[in-house]
Amino acid sequence: MSAILAKQRVKEEQEMRNVYCQCLLELAGKDPRVVVLDADLMSSMGMVPFGKAYPARTFNVGIQEANMIGVAAGLSATGKIPFAHSFAPFASRRCFDQIFLSCGYANLNVRIIGSDPGVTAAFNGGTHMPIEDLGILRTVPNITLLEPTDSIMLRDLVKQTAGLYGVYYIRLLRKNAIRIYEEGSTFEIGKAVEVKDGSDVTIIATGIMVEEALKAANILAIEGINARVLNMFTLKPIDKAAIIRAAQETGAIVTAENHNIINGLGSAVAEVIAENVLVPLERVGVNDHFGEVGPQNYLQEKFGLTAVNIVDKVKKAVARKL
Amino acid sequence: MLSKEKIREMETLALNIRMETMKAFGNLGFGHVGGALSIVDTLAVLYGVEMNIDPKNPDWEDRDWLICSKGHAGPAIYSSLALKGYFPLEELQTLNKPGTKLPSHCDKNLTIGIDMTTGSLGQGASLAVGVALGHKLDQRSNYTYLILGDGECQEGQVWEAVLYAAQVKLDNLITFVDHNKKQLDGYVKDINDMGEIKGKFESFDWYAQEVDGSNVAEIFEAVEKAKAQKGKPSVIVLNTVKGQGWSFAENTVSNHHMTVSPEQMEEALQELEQKLKKVVQS
Ligand SMILES: Cc1ncc(C[n+]2csc(CCOP(=O)(O)OP(=O)(O)O)c2C)c(N)n1
Ligand SMILES: [Mg+2]
Repeated sequence: MSAILAKQRVKEEQEMRNVYCQCLLELAGKDPRVVVLDADLMSSMGMVPFGKAYPARTFNVGIQEANMIGVAAGLSATGKIPFAHSFAPFASRRCFDQIFLSCGYANLNVRIIGSDPGVTAAFNGGTHMPIEDLGILRTVPNITLLEPTDSIMLRDLVKQTAGLYGVYYIRLLRKNAIRIYEEGSTFEIGKAVEVKDGSDVTIIATGIMVEEALKAANILAIEGINARVLNMFTLKPIDKAAIIRAAQETGAIVTAENHNIINGLGSAVAEVIAENVLVPLERVGVNDHFGEVGPQNYLQEKFGLTAVNIVDKVKKAVARKL
Repeated sequence: MLSKEKIREMETLALNIRMETMKAFGNLGFGHVGGALSIVDTLAVLYGVEMNIDPKNPDWEDRDWLICSKGHAGPAIYSSLALKGYFPLEELQTLNKPGTKLPSHCDKNLTIGIDMTTGSLGQGASLAVGVALGHKLDQRSNYTYLILGDGECQEGQVWEAVLYAAQVKLDNLITFVDHNKKQLDGYVKDINDMGEIKGKFESFDWYAQEVDGSNVAEIFEAVEKAKAQKGKPSVIVLNTVKGQGWSFAENTVSNHHMTVSPEQMEEALQELEQKLKKVVQS
């Protein structure tokens, strides 16, 4: 694995959805088994060019997510490599049993793309705001849960999953991400990436919270706290070794996720700590609320998903150190 | 029969709902224009004459209920509610703003007059069956109205609800399908064709009618006939145009979710004013 940090963390020029579409076009060009499914959100997902290029391998089933996942699982039983998309709440909650049984228990080979994680669903409001998707899916045995941070990671992970077997859920921001990694970086599924070294505390973050964690680390540095930042882009299987190392070397952990603190990253990290090395843990995330409508920055403030919230929790965690 | 006066009243209400809805979208800069506008004439019939409601007492136990399962049409319902006096018209300008009571999708816990929380397509159908069943249990004589999208009818849950509604003989449930021929990605027939919707409901043992969904008199007559049916749930398939009433939206192919500039809002309002003048003069 070699992940090189971007020299400048700026908003990317391309939207994640367009990069996703390019990846799928490339994969489909190389491998005739690659097929795409959607549930009336092809245009929202920027996948119209794919449908034009590969009409016979595009299945837009309409508004019926549970059927889509079942069909994807069936396609995979005949050797196809399906990538099925909907908005994350509909791609997870709405078809959980199909994911659990038709995909997981039947040991079939399906990639599920859930878009608009957490508060990034913004103006679509509470019904469309997935704060629980990873939490529900974490209970499916053997599933792999990924949340690519920027387009560089997205490209690498999507290509990797095409060559793997199993059930993969990719939690995908549709819009422009903040560039965290340099072109050419590669990632190992199940291995956290250290985005900043530090010795006083470790912030473990995912998705849009990686950028917030890095901002928080800068603020903390001024105050004399040297924070390590880990990007835990694979929620399952979680990188236990990295968490244990962080606990032993920095003595305190703060998690930061654009998700309910229940059964997401914070819970997964807590499980590892509780069973291995007990250190203070504080969790930044949505504190068991439903979503609501509004601009993303308003929602981040409202639900406590900002760098400032991370700084506060880091201070708490550090103060609790033995 | 409907008097000319009543028809004019409903047409006027429909135009006012469209104007208020376009103002709210224009102020926000975007919205689910197509599916909000296509259901307006039905809303004008329901809120104008058919529904037994009391804006001063929104939770009145014997009121008729409206469940808009295609929850993204919320803004058109908010305009109807404001025009009926449930809350001030100015509040429509808070659509989707931080802390608003008017979110993009219907939310019964936020908006006075909204009877059910919807937005995940398909779910409103079962909710409506439950509500209608509950009213029957309570021996109330009120009606439950349900609005479905034509694309939404691709959800299996819709047909589970439809099957069961007939089994329990819900003649207090009147369903509309907004058959605007389009869903998000394009035409329903190109994506997953619903075919003949009226016939499908008939084969599920519903009393089914099909009307011009831009004609308030036809919609009214169909609701009256539906109310007269005993022992069966009713569906009224509305032949509509996505974006109905604002020609620019009607002529835009991809009109599910649209940006609305201040100029476009003005243009829409002018077009609607013109129509309003004609209705008033007629
Ligand atoms: C379960 C679910 N899947 C997907 C969506 C996203 N979505 C919102 S509206 C829409 C299209 C709806 O089409 P239709 O039912 O025909 O409504 P209308 O044309 O009246 O807008 C889609 C796919 C959703 N809200 N809920
Ligand atoms: Mg439609």
